[in-house]
Amino acid sequence: MSDVAEVKGYVGNFKARIVKKARYVIEKECTSCGDCATACPVVFPDEFNVGLSSRKAIYKSFPQAVPSSYVINMNECMGRGCSKCLDACDKNCIDFHMSDEEIMEEIGSIVVATGFKPYDPREMDEYGYTRFHNVVTSLEFERLVNAGGPTQGELIRPGDRKHPQSVGFIQCVGSRSLRKGGEYCSNICCMNTIKSTLVLKEHYPDMDIKVFYIDIRAFGKGFEELYNRSRKLGVQYVRGLPGSVEELPDRSMRIAVENTSNGKIEFYDLDMLVLALGIEPSSGTRKLQEMLGLQLTPDGFYLEAHPKLLPVDAATRGVFYAGCAEGPKDIKESVTQGSAVTARAIRLMHRGEIVSEPITSEVIIERCTACGKCAEVCPYNAITVDKKMKTPAVVNTAACAGCGTCGAECIFDAIVMNHFTDDQINRQTDAMLEEDAGEKIVVFACNWCSYAGADYAGVSRIQYPPNARLIRTMCSGRVDEKFIWYAFEKGAPIVLVSGCHIGDCHYINANLWTEKRVAKVRKKMEKLGLRPERLQLEWISAAEGLRFSGIMKEMEELRTTVSQEEIRETVEILKARKQKS
Amino acid sequence: MLEKVSTSDDGSTRIGVYVCRCGLNIAQTVDCKKVAENVSDIDDVAVSKEIPYACSEPGQVEIQEDIAEHNLNRVVIASCSPRLHEPTFRNMMVEAGLNPYLFEMANLREQCSWVHMREPEAATKKSEDLVRMAISRVRLLSQLYAETLPLTKRTLVIGGGIAGIQAALDLADNGYEVVLVEKKPSIGGMMAQLDKTFPTMDCSI
Repeated sequence: MSDVAEVKGYVGNFKARIVKKARYVIEKECTSCGDCATACPVVFPDEFNVGLSSRKAIYKSFPQAVPSSYVINMNECMGRGCSKCLDACDKNCIDFHMSDEEIMEEIGSIVVATGFKPYDPREMDEYGYTRFHNVVTSLEFERLVNAGGPTQGELIRPGDRKHPQSVGFIQCVGSRSLRKGGEYCSNICCMNTIKSTLVLKEHYPDMDIKVFYIDIRAFGKGFEELYNRSRKLGVQYVRGLPGSVEELPDRSMRIAVENTSNGKIEFYDLDMLVLALGIEPSSGTRKLQEMLGLQLTPDGFYLEAHPKLLPVDAATRGVFYAGCAEGPKDIKESVTQGSAVTARAIRLMHRGEIVSEPITSEVIIERCTACGKCAEVCPYNAITVDKKMKTPAVVNTAACAGCGTCGAECIFDAIVMNHFTDDQINRQTDAMLEEDAGEKIVVFACNWCSYAGADYAGVSRIQYPPNARLIRTMCSGRVDEKFIWYAFEKGAPIVLVSGCHIGDCHYINANLWTEKRVAKVRKKMEKLGLRPERLQLEWISAAEGLRFSGIMKEMEELRTTVSQEEIRETVEILKARKQKS
Repeated sequence: MLEKVSTSDDGSTRIGVYVCRCGLNIAQTVDCKKVAENVSDIDDVAVSKEIPYACSEPGQVEIQEDIAEHNLNRVVIASCSPRLHEPTFRNMMVEAGLNPYLFEMANLREQCSWVHMREPEAATKKSEDLVRMAISRVRLLSQLYAETLPLTKRTLVIGGGIAGIQAALDLADNGYEVVLVEKKPSIGGMMAQLDKTFPTMDCSI
């Protein structure tokens, strides 16, 4: 019962703050006798059985739970006025005074295995889930046929406890839809339904079972065999998703479906309907993504460093993905990834030391005025400056992640960002704009998101105008005001600064400084009489190839509005400005 | 660290430029030979040529031989995204006795040939620009040295479902400490709620 509240540090040397919630039962002493629950007067729906049975305020999720201990939900407990469970517990292991514990752990690597949540079918009401008792979800169905479930495995209709003679399964509920749920295939639902039909046929050989589907994806080892077995046992597969579901007086359902294999509208009366729910990213995904500086695909699952070659690595070094956190997958694949991350983590850790990337910032002591700006903007607190004593800034290279924001914000040019120095960047601008500057768009792209987004556009073969030239920086936070001015001085019609979306920055929040800086430059441009829209800022994620190409088209349209005369004028204005200062 | 630049024995900067055809992935759209020729007279460029597959073993060997033969001290490889092959070529640099940071890539595949397929001339012109930019940059790069830092041999596994449990067990069986964090009162995740599981049709717990 714990949650990761905060993670600091860097690969090999992370520090995690974990909040362990109070169980109010001493787990090591609890023998799971259950006397406390028998005594407890408070009744609530049982989450483990998805509300199909009840539990007490003191409970154990399921008999095989690990740790094997009861727990009190304090929001439900009547509190100290009632102490029935305390009185019932022979071991005296219930403690109302227990409080949440904070644990600090030092770790070298992190495995993100946060799983999924099933699609909530309430928004897809054409199937009647909120209106008809005998329309159940695939998860409710699991509990109903489970020997450890509320009915001891006997399939009954929740509406009237009758045994259904006919059951229909509706596929792709919350999957493969542009309107509701996800656009993606949830991977497991076809096989899960096939499995369910086999379970039913085993227990009730004469049951009439129908499956309504778009197409059956039985692609894995042994999957096609299960599908064939199901068909041989008489399960009827109807190609088409129902258009409507109505309840009949006997509380069974009449469904209308266009059978796309013969083009006819067909009607079926079924005692019970099961919705094969799709998979969605688990609810804590976004929070953890921001905490660890990870990236997401447009579906909301975690984005791996490379879809084929680094399938379980995050782009953040030392972080790995396993299971449905990275995308919908079945048990076998989740187990495979669990083992894969182990190999990847050990590969990283086994030497007991780690080689750090030397792309870090460095202070030129003679130029440093100890103003403290660099320390203020560093997302990693890697720079220390004693402003009172006027001691120059010091960079802790182990903690420095190399975003370069300090270098961009230092107005005294007292910070050098190794491998991305001012010169190394401005000379690229020179080379780019040496000829036909007016036809080119200068794009600063961060390595992790926007540059990767451009790669994605490439891999997807999405065509866009050939006028943009990318200058790669590790972070958009590195893009110094000077780089932008320099590009305009050299005749650039358009400058685009691009980075990770706010909240997605690979360097915690360095892109907030990018945003401020670009706004500042645009204001100055306005004052100088330059069109501020010639400087653009866009956030493009690593998965947004389409967005990248769209932005390139927009930039090209914008470029055509900038005349040679306007460029000449800009160059003159900036020259005069330089001479003034 | 800033002032250090790698120069050859006679003190000059000598850059090798390799324009990769990537089979036809690049060469189908971009005139690689022309790009290599057009940049060959830029200051400090000692070698400039097209190469069938820069990342392949023969490709790397050819570049390494050039480094030795022509006394090259900096390399530009105009091929694919550095997000894919930068590590490959950094290793190649080290094997050739050069600092791995005296190397730069120009991304002709993802940024030119694959996205301007119907505009071969414009794609070639853009490619040339990207190579010129890379040459300007590589000339100024400094030798950098990695630092070795201590590491904690312990893994935080977030999530106690089947994937997290498998990872935690495998790590522990290999002798690594694991901190497993699960927000629910029990580990087991979604799988624990299932009845039978495919394809084996056995129980989930």
